[in-house]
Parts: sequence; structure tokens; C-alpha cells
Amino acid sequence: MAEWYQVLMAALVGAGVPEWIATAIALLVGVTAIGLVAPLIALILVWLLRKVISRIQDRIGPNRVGRFGLLQTIADIVKLLSKEGINPSRADFMAYNLAPILSVFGVLLLFAVVPVTRGLIGVDINVGVLYIVALGSIGIMAALMAGWGSNNKYALLSGFRVVAQLLSYEIPLVLSMLAVVLYAGTMRFGELAEQQGNFLGLGWYVFLMPGAALIFFVCALAESEQTPFDLLEAESELIAGFHIEYSGMRFAMFFLAQFLGGFVFAWVGAAMFLGGWQGPGVDLPGIGGFLAAGYMMLKTFAIYLLMIWVRGTFPRLRVDQMMSFCWKILVPLTVGLISWQMVVQVLDLPTPVIAVLVLVGNLLVMGIGLYAVGRAIRQEGFRTKRAFTPDSLIGTMQPVAE
Amino acid sequence: MPELPVEIPIPTPHQAVFIMVAVATGVASLLVVTNRNLFYSALCLVGALFGVAGVYVLLEAEFLAITQVLVYVGAIATLITFAIMLTRGIMFGVTSPNNRHMFAVMAMALLVFLLVAGVVDRVPWAVAEDLTLSGDGKSMIVDLGWEFVTTYALPLELIGLLLLIALVGAVMLARDDE
Repeated sequence: MAEWYQVLMAALVGAGVPEWIATAIALLVGVTAIGLVAPLIALILVWLLRKVISRIQDRIGPNRVGRFGLLQTIADIVKLLSKEGINPSRADFMAYNLAPILSVFGVLLLFAVVPVTRGLIGVDINVGVLYIVALGSIGIMAALMAGWGSNNKYALLSGFRVVAQLLSYEIPLVLSMLAVVLYAGTMRFGELAEQQGNFLGLGWYVFLMPGAALIFFVCALAESEQTPFDLLEAESELIAGFHIEYSGMRFAMFFLAQFLGGFVFAWVGAAMFLGGWQGPGVDLPGIGGFLAAGYMMLKTFAIYLLMIWVRGTFPRLRVDQMMSFCWKILVPLTVGLISWQMVVQVLDLPTPVIAVLVLVGNLLVMGIGLYAVGRAIRQEGFRTKRAFTPDSLIGTMQPVAE
Repeated sequence: MPELPVEIPIPTPHQAVFIMVAVATGVASLLVVTNRNLFYSALCLVGALFGVAGVYVLLEAEFLAITQVLVYVGAIATLITFAIMLTRGIMFGVTSPNNRHMFAVMAMALLVFLLVAGVVDRVPWAVAEDLTLSGDGKSMIVDLGWEFVTTYALPLELIGLLLLIALVGAVMLARDDE
């Protein structure tokens, strides 16, 4: 159990509160904090996304409400809340109304295990990494229910894609996280951060396992339904995907879940690969704790900004490209990576040798992966050219000679 | 006035939570088999599986609980739902949970229940001391991993083989004859 909990419990029990009431209060404080802070973070995320994307597209972005448009999101929320919630007459009542709640619920649960600083983790459970992966399935169920319950073809098609995409990308995601777990020998987020504290708090796993980190980032993009993997709501094909029939508050909940989902994956990535709260000076008395929390947030927002950058830069993949990228490139690579790491770690070698061998394996995986992607892009280029340039059509469209 | 022979125990908070979770699991399981809409049955199945995961948590088997959610809710229940969504007739229609095999199935279910109850009740389950670890639970997961690749390597491989056979069989069944 995390330290904040023990401190609070000790204070309450010391003040003469019976133990079970103290437990209840402590748990309530934790739950309320997560439930309040997460939506507030989403306010910043939405503003950040719109500002950065605007800059990438050579626009200014929101700039009317408040300084730098900072209050734009609040205005939008007021608008969304005051909108009419329309119930499609043929929609399935239960599934339709439960889906948005479930999607936010699934994401908020993830915030319970991510670390802020040493001793400030919602619950530092011993299977933290696995917990993150397992609860991703709630999001899948929510999207499925929304897709089915809306009674709309586009929503249903999107529901099918949800399962195909999220279940497929879960495999390389789990395996890339397993690389870190194998090396660290723990699934506890607190300990993962502690183990990356060498070299002045810069012994991050991203330097040791760049391949696993890259694969994690790609899979996190896919799992949190971000561009280039946002096929669930591909506007040009599916109009808006599974939330097409939702309006007002219920739409806002899907929106919230999507933003927080991306953010929580950025957070997990920062905790696993970028050393969590570690950084120069976190062991100083007094300011060390604040410094650590600052590092944690800084790293998380850095990864989130990278996600936004990708979102503003890359076009959306086609659904078959997305699936073959997962099954033909990512899965074999991660399986190879894990097998290599297992062999290296089972051999009785000194630690630096293991580290170097793991690094070599990761670099190899990155090289093969980038080569495979490059080849696929080249082939795709040839194919599109053959199919669509005008001169490739010469000879094919002649009237048949008699 | 004679006192009641049995004291009615007041449950501790832990037990109360356990009872609530257990009742919820039972109700959800009942709804799975009594629902007339197969999609609702699938959703109730998800609820029941979550309930079982909750029971595991209360029994301090967090690893098992998370694995339960990962495998059963994340993969199996989702695939069941997916299969139901693909069969349009079942998905939108109302089906009856009863058919003419009802009584035969009921008898079989009762027999299976008696068998399982007998096994649980009568078999003296061996509890190895060094495997029931308390503490931080980290060593438990490490031990679990070691046991799987040493003592129980053969059963683990057999399960993997079984899954492979099922996969190949599914592909064979689903393939178009040419």
C-alpha cells in the first residue's frame, strides 16, 4: 500500500477515529482525488491538443475565451452540458446509456495505479502493469455496447473495428511491457521507478530498451485510438464511429475517456521507460518530493505532446494496413525481443554484459522493424502508382478489339 | 424463554463486502441463463466474470483476479459478444432460453453440480506450505513463474498444444471448401 495512505491513516487513528472509519475516509479521499483531478487534467489536454494542432496546421487556434484561449474548453463544456440529450427511438436503452459511463469508468480506474512521486500512488499493487492491460478491456466492452446499442450501421461497423484493433494491439503492448517487467523483476510501478534511479536518476529503461519503448509507444497510440490508428471513428468512412448517435453529455463522456486514455498511456510510458519520478535531485530533503512530482508530470506531458505531434503529422492508416502492421511486424518483433531477453537473462552473466546484450537485441529489433515498415511503404507506393496514375491506365481502357 | 441454539453472526466489513460481491456474481450468472436476449446474456456474463475477479481480490489473490479480468473479460467475453454481434438473427431477435432438451440438460447440470460439490468437499486438498505465501506478493508471482517453467512445464505445454489444436480446428471449420 502506498505511503500517503499510511500517513493519513496514522493521523486519523491518532486523532481518535476508529480504525474502520479511518480506512473508509482514507479510501474516499483517494477516490475523490482521482475522480476530481482526472477531468481537470482533461481540460488542459483538450486545450493543449487544439493549440498544438493549430500551430502544426499554421493556424492560431482558440484565442477568444480567456488569455490564449485557456477558457475555451470550459465554454465548450458548458455548451455540451446544455445540449439536448437525444435518445434514438430504436436504440437499446441499457447498452446505449451504460456505454459512456463504462468508458469513463474504465479509464478512471487506470489512474489508481500510476505513480506521482515516491509514496504517492493511488494503490501500489503488486501486479500494477498487468492491471493497466487488463482494465483496457472495459473500454473495448464500452465501445462494443455503444456500437451495438445505437442501432446504427456505422456505429456497429466501428464496434467491430474496436475489437479487431484493440485486441490485436494488446498483444505487442503486453509483450513490450513484459520486456521491462522481465528486466526489472517486478510489476509494481513504485519499484519500477526506484530501479531506474541509477546515474543521477537518469538510468531510464528507454536507453536500455529503445526497441521496446518504441513498440510500446506505437501500441499505446493504437490502444488509445489516436491518429494514425483512429480507425474507430474514421470520419471519412464511418462518419464518427461508435459515438455517432450520442449527443450532449454522453458524447462528452466518450470524449473525456478518449483524452484521458491517451494521457494515462503517456503516464504509464513515462513511468516504465522514462524513469517515472526519477531525475537529478529527487533525493534532496524538502524540495525533492516536489521536484519528483514535477519530473513525472513533465515526462508525461512530453510523451503526450509527442502523441499530438504524431496526430498532426501522419495520415490515417487503412484498416488492412493497420492489421497487417500489428500481426506481421509488431507481434513477431516483440516475440523475438522477449525470447532474446529471456535467453540473455537466464544465462549466468554479469549485469553489464546482460545490459549490453539487451540493448543489442533492442537495436536489432528497431532496425528490422524500421526496415520492414520502409519496405511496406515502398511497395504501397508502387501499388498506388500503378493503380492511379493516368499513364498506368493507358492501354487498359481501350475498347475491346473485335 | 429458550435461547436460539445458533448465534446469528454479525459479519465483519470484509465479510459483508464478500457477501455482496458473491450475491452480485450469483445474480449475474442467473441472468446469463435466463435472459431472452443473447446480447444481454453476454453482458451479464461479463458482470459475472468481474464478480468472480472481485471474489479473488477479497481472497487476496490479486494476480489471479487481474488474470481473470485480462483473459476472461478482455478476451473471451469480448469474442463471445463479437460472435453474437456477427449473427444478426440472434442479436436482434428474442430467443427463448428453453427448448425441448430442457429437462435432460437440467438433470445433467444437477449431476455435474453434485460431482463438483463432492470433489470440492471430499477430496483432502493438499496445501503446500511454501506455496501459500503472504507478504508483499512479489515473491509469489516469481514462484508462480518458476513453477510454470519447472514443475508444471509439461501441463503448461499440453495446454498450449490444446489451444493450438483448437485454433487449427477453428480455421478448418471456418474455411470455404474449394
